[in-house]
Amino acid sequence: MDAELQLAVENLLARYVHAIDDDRLEDWPGFFTEKGRYRVTTAENYERGLPLSIIYADSRAMLADRVSALRHANIYEAQRYRHVVSSTLVERVDVDTARAISNVQVLRVMHSGESMVFASGRYLDRIRLNDKDPCFEEKVVVLDSRAIDTLLAIPL
Amino acid sequence: MSAVTESRAWPAEGLARVPYWIYQDETIYAREQERIYRGDTWNFLGLEAELPDKGDFKTTFAGEMPVVVTRDESGAIRCFENRCAHRGALLCLKDRGNVKEIVCVYHNWTYDLRGNLTAVAFRRGVQGKGGMPADAEPESQAPRKFRVEIFCGLIFATLSDKTPPVERYVGPEVAVRIRRVMKEPVKILGGYTQVLQSNWKLYFENVKDTYHASLLHLFFSTFRLNRLEQRGGVVVGGEGGSHASFTMMKSDQSGDEYEKAGMRSASGGYALQAPQMLESVDEIGDGVTLQILTVFPGFVLQQIMNCLAVRQVLPKGVGRTELVWTAFGYASDDEKMAELRLKQSNLVGPAGYISLEDGAATGFVQRGAAGASERSSFVEMGGRTVESNESRVTETSVRGLWQQYRRHMGL
Repeated sequence: MDAELQLAVENLLARYVHAIDDDRLEDWPGFFTEKGRYRVTTAENYERGLPLSIIYADSRAMLADRVSALRHANIYEAQRYRHVVSSTLVERVDVDTARAISNVQVLRVMHSGESMVFASGRYLDRIRLNDKDPCFEEKVVVLDSRAIDTLLAIPL
Repeated sequence: MSAVTESRAWPAEGLARVPYWIYQDETIYAREQERIYRGDTWNFLGLEAELPDKGDFKTTFAGEMPVVVTRDESGAIRCFENRCAHRGALLCLKDRGNVKEIVCVYHNWTYDLRGNLTAVAFRRGVQGKGGMPADAEPESQAPRKFRVEIFCGLIFATLSDKTPPVERYVGPEVAVRIRRVMKEPVKILGGYTQVLQSNWKLYFENVKDTYHASLLHLFFSTFRLNRLEQRGGVVVGGEGGSHASFTMMKSDQSGDEYEKAGMRSASGGYALQAPQMLESVDEIGDGVTLQILTVFPGFVLQQIMNCLAVRQVLPKGVGRTELVWTAFGYASDDEKMAELRLKQSNLVGPAGYISLEDGAATGFVQRGAAGASERSSFVEMGGRTVESNESRVTETSVRGLWQQYRRHMGL
């Protein structure tokens, strides 16, 4: 195992989930490369080879659009997430790229205090490694369940 | 009529009022299962394209009743109750698959793809001992079979002989609007389920409510996708239960009614960094960029630019509903069109730019009216009757829903 690579990837994942959970959504696109792809899908779609996503972006600009829609356009009740990421397996693809798979669980806490396991699944990541901080070339969130409660506003 | 429903009198104002007990009452809910889902209505069960091969099956629901949908050995679509004649266990436990016959896991009773009981394990006993009496008729408790009609690749099923053919049931003016979207063979792109914390009728009203679209969904109005001053209209069909609303986007007249009224959804100055997502193609060729269509009690067909989907509305108790989305394209799609549909799917679903609010709004009504079962919602936008309308500042199709609903329910 490449311990340095493992730590670098886990650090990226930690910074990523803290940005979301701390409501620093404006920082979220910055975790991706300019042409970075992000999508959220279900295990059912993924295993059946069906391309539909719940969220789909193929650029940092599309991620920025989602953030500004959440900030200025879309209506949803005050809520926050708590991501728990674990069991990250990292594999080096080449000198500039790594692949990682992690378990992820997301608790959603409503303003009323109501708390639930909102999502569980896997992060399938392709990570660009360079001199500065590593970032995601692709992040596929594969949800274990096909059901989403009420709405999915804040990204996973 | 039961004691509870007798005490529930519809407000004297008729279709212009909807009493809140209609979303809260367990007795009403039970009656809906009997009168609506197992009554003279068409249950939407999915797309024929989901079951391309002989032996394919899927499980779903007609109201709360679990059902199996199959493509039998002759190629015909069949639908029957997902309940063993023996002890009532589920026959099919999987969401989908391909089989030659269906075997109940509990005691190995076997069925063909049409839902006929074909074998009972140890029916004659073992070595002359045990078994059923010679005159036993376990078939008398067989799973109920539905009448199935495929309309434009959509699977509809009813338990009643009285339900008129689908085209007559939805009305010709709405049927033609199903045809324009289901114009050629489709390809399934995937699906997901959105769980709504509200009564099913609140969602069905929401989809039929053309008045809310540009007021609740800011994404629409900011990008002038569905401002009410654009050209379009509402068609109400059948006995009020089906509708189609449509918008011709190119005809934006850039009016300023929203700004004048100072409404929240007019707040300007918002631009996309990646607007390519919204570059739609007029693939149907009639200039209609958005069409939402419903068929009572639980079918929605959506064309939002090039994002096509069906939605199945399934009741899961008085205050809970599952919305089963299946997105599709055409079998003839090239790579570019396939990608465009996937990008535009950002507009819909539980994370949809123009639909995520609906997941919450129906819950706001369920919660807001919790202490007001004897009060009513006020539904007079566009008048007090049911008719097709060129304006979408109307609740005509919501009143249409209640017209058909009350007839089925005897309320």
